[in-house]
Amino acid sequence: MPLDGLAIDASHLARRYGRRWALVDVSFQLPRGRVMLVAGRNGAGKTTLLRILATAIRADSGRASVGGHELTEREEIRRTTALLAHQSYLYESLTARENLSLIASDTQSVLERVGLADRANDAVSTFSAGMRKRLSFARVLLQKPTIAFLDEPFGQLDPEGFALVEEVVAELKSTGATVVIATHQIDRVTRFADAQLRLENGRVA
Amino acid sequence: MITALRKELLLQWRTRAQAIAVFVFGATALLLFSFAIGPSAALRQYAGGFLWLGLLLSSTLTLSESFHAEMENQALEGLLLLPVSPRVLYYGKALANAMQLIVLGIALVPVMIVLYDAGTTRIPTILLIIILGSAGISAPGTLYSAMTSQARAKQTLLPLLLFPLIVPVLLASVKATSLAILGDPMDQGRAWVLLLVTFDGIYWSLCGLLFDRVVED
Amino acid sequence: MVPNHRFPRFPLALITLGVLCLLTGSYLGLFVAPPEHYMGNVQRIMYVHVPTAWNALLAMTFAFAAAIVSLFKSDLKWDARLEAAIEVGVLLAFLLCCQGAIWAKPTWGVWWDWDPRLTTTAVLLFAFAGILALRRFVDDPVKRATWSAVATIIAYVDVPIVYYSVRWWNSLHQQQSSPATVSSQFYLPLRLNAFGVLFLMSGFIMLRAEIASRRIATELAPPPRDLVGELA
Repeated sequence: MPLDGLAIDASHLARRYGRRWALVDVSFQLPRGRVMLVAGRNGAGKTTLLRILATAIRADSGRASVGGHELTEREEIRRTTALLAHQSYLYESLTARENLSLIASDTQSVLERVGLADRANDAVSTFSAGMRKRLSFARVLLQKPTIAFLDEPFGQLDPEGFALVEEVVAELKSTGATVVIATHQIDRVTRFADAQLRLENGRVA
Repeated sequence: MITALRKELLLQWRTRAQAIAVFVFGATALLLFSFAIGPSAALRQYAGGFLWLGLLLSSTLTLSESFHAEMENQALEGLLLLPVSPRVLYYGKALANAMQLIVLGIALVPVMIVLYDAGTTRIPTILLIIILGSAGISAPGTLYSAMTSQARAKQTLLPLLLFPLIVPVLLASVKATSLAILGDPMDQGRAWVLLLVTFDGIYWSLCGLLFDRVVED
Repeated sequence: MVPNHRFPRFPLALITLGVLCLLTGSYLGLFVAPPEHYMGNVQRIMYVHVPTAWNALLAMTFAFAAAIVSLFKSDLKWDARLEAAIEVGVLLAFLLCCQGAIWAKPTWGVWWDWDPRLTTTAVLLFAFAGILALRRFVDDPVKRATWSAVATIIAYVDVPIVYYSVRWWNSLHQQQSSPATVSSQFYLPLRLNAFGVLFLMSGFIMLRAEIASRRIATELAPPPRDLVGELA
């Protein structure tokens, strides 16, 4: 982590998909330990931004420092960050516990935390959408990231699940982690967000 | 690396019904070949060829399935972001695919012996050829499977790309197997085995090197 | 990547020169050079067959080089060159197989004689045609470039392996001799044709690469107006 306390320092990030620019000239800074809300309508570029910062995809231009590492240092960034994506990253024919053990071995506590301890040995293919989301949260927690990127964390969750998101964010924050949440459900997050970035058509609004 | 391999084997075990189906496909192919030729001494003479053709055709089924689990929920990306080195992922998958092909090959040998009157005492040799040949199909096959599972028209693309490439594997495996069945007075089998070893060596290294360019954005 | 909109004088000049060389060389080879001792007039096909063979291999080698550069630099210009080289190479390989068949029929009575070089060419033809098919099914230009380059490298490395395996396999069967090359007195038409095909091929590759460049440019959105200076 850099001494000046910036978790993310992005400048002029841009990315296109074929004929369409998804992100254009996005720059911002986020100090360590904060919770940042990335808001914007569907298609504003929130997912693209998070995926670039998590090194899931490359940026077409611009640069960023994530946790003190440049985007080119993919492995280092991946070691210290975690991404909760639209897709669940789960293997359907493996059990919840088996999916988690691909990350680390102490799966029990994290399974309890997300409320899946009783379904730990069931195949993911039997899970509902809400349960898969919970398991995805478990994946993020198990990685013990210093920066967590949560892309639409409220998707597929019931009101109990909303409370879970808040608990997860609180837990991450308590470990000193920085959290970036992309969502169009702003009202749920503004309560605990320390910073906000609004995207419109790929640009900072 | 062990974790990657363990995951692969676990996934294969969970979907083992597919393996049975692939075996039935392979055995049916061998049966169809025998109908195409009819009762004739040619069956025994070309048994090696039929076995490897059957194995090759079946391999397209196995290989195209091998990335299906990864693409369902983008699990492959999830692993890459952990981070898991793409190279480790590749070798885990390629090894698992090779093992599947070896098991299939071994299962098809009795079918070959029965259908083509291709009995032989040189079973260890045939086993070695099956291992080397499967490894040869698996190395580029796994790489191309990763590619085509992300592209359109995946079913047609994989054999289209793979088959011309593994012509040496096919030639060497067929020749070596035929020699093992029919007799090898001049010990030519050794040269074919050497060819297989060379191909395997080159492609297991080359594809491992290039794999991360195939899966990373 | 800004495509070149100038009139392609250089490639067209090359093509013209190539056609001239081919016409001269072919005339010399067909009408002026005496018939070969053992094979008679059939052997005259060597005056096109050998140049085609050299240039097919050259095209594929250039494709291999372009693939390697394309992987190291993220410049799609090299992908355009790769596409052009593969297409021209596939065409030449196809011609090579046809010429081989035309030679084989009167000589051996069969259309195909499993000659190692020709068989390797056939495998090469399918392998690289497969790469062209791959390109059709990938929409993202960057991914397409990376994957084509990887596939080209893998296919090219295979060429010597295929050649040796077919040669060894073939030597265990009947001995069919390969189309013999030309004896030393008749080098002039051969050289002329070789250069002719070389110039033609280079001209075609350049033009084709230009077409590919322009098409790729339309697939990628131009940089937004306010950032033209900073973005590629």
